[in-house]
Amino acid sequence: MRVSFLYYEECPSHDLALERLREVVAEEGISREVEVINVETEDQARELRFVGSPTIRVDGQDIDPPSDTRYVLTCRAYRLEDGRISPLPSKDMIRRALRSVAKSRPG
Amino acid sequence: MANLSPGDKAVPFELPGVDDRRHALADYWDKEAIAVVFTCNHCPYARAWEDRLIDIQADYAGRGVQLVAISANDAKKYPDDSFPKMKERSEEKGFNFPYLYDESQEVARAYGAERTPEIFLFDKGGTLRYHGTVDDNYDDAAAVRSHYFIDALEAVLGGRELTIMETAPVGCTIKWK
Repeated sequence: MRVSFLYYEECPSHDLALERLREVVAEEGISREVEVINVETEDQARELRFVGSPTIRVDGQDIDPPSDTRYVLTCRAYRLEDGRISPLPSKDMIRRALRSVAKSRPG
Repeated sequence: MANLSPGDKAVPFELPGVDDRRHALADYWDKEAIAVVFTCNHCPYARAWEDRLIDIQADYAGRGVQLVAISANDAKKYPDDSFPKMKERSEEKGFNFPYLYDESQEVARAYGAERTPEIFLFDKGGTLRYHGTVDDNYDDAAAVRSHYFIDALEAVLGGRELTIMETAPVGCTIKWK
């Protein structure tokens, strides 16, 4: 399973988001390293289809598929389970995405 | 780095609001304290804190506190921060403070604002008493330990010296043209 973490340096909580992602990855028993990508330019944002920081993809699939598909250097808003807006996805959101991809894999 | 430091005087401005009126900082000098808050629609940090700002305005209005929110983001690159979208956001959230559009970004530049949200709190005499963030936890209002902005308001209203006059604003960078 390939887990990617894309971030924009100017968004303050990317380190916390990465820490959260790594915790969940470890808790789920996934041994593969998280791929970390620093998105630094607008061109790179377009090329990577980056809609905001942090973006987490599991096997290329966004853990919270965005409705907005403008590719820009910005911070990303996540709507949490309780309706709150947060700059970080919750551990449960990450966990659900990992499990969903694991379940859909053959074998 | 902000251009204003605690002890400096406010920089006057006049900007259009989502209520289609023009608002000057001078309109509010009869208040006990004015908080100029640089914010915007799209930033998740601004959005995470906006309910708390609404609550603070509601709780402190009776004690003469006025929040004035300003969005200065480049709406061409960030259409969610356009003036029509600001009107929608204000309506949707029921903002109980003016929400102004700094299209030229001159006010944000004059203040040296860098992030959204970023607070500049002035006393009745127009002196900056506190600059920085709202509190120490954008993610969870119930887990806040340091209420920097509220503590600053209480000190200003109580005529006391502030223990913390400046904190690092936490949020998205202002999107310059």
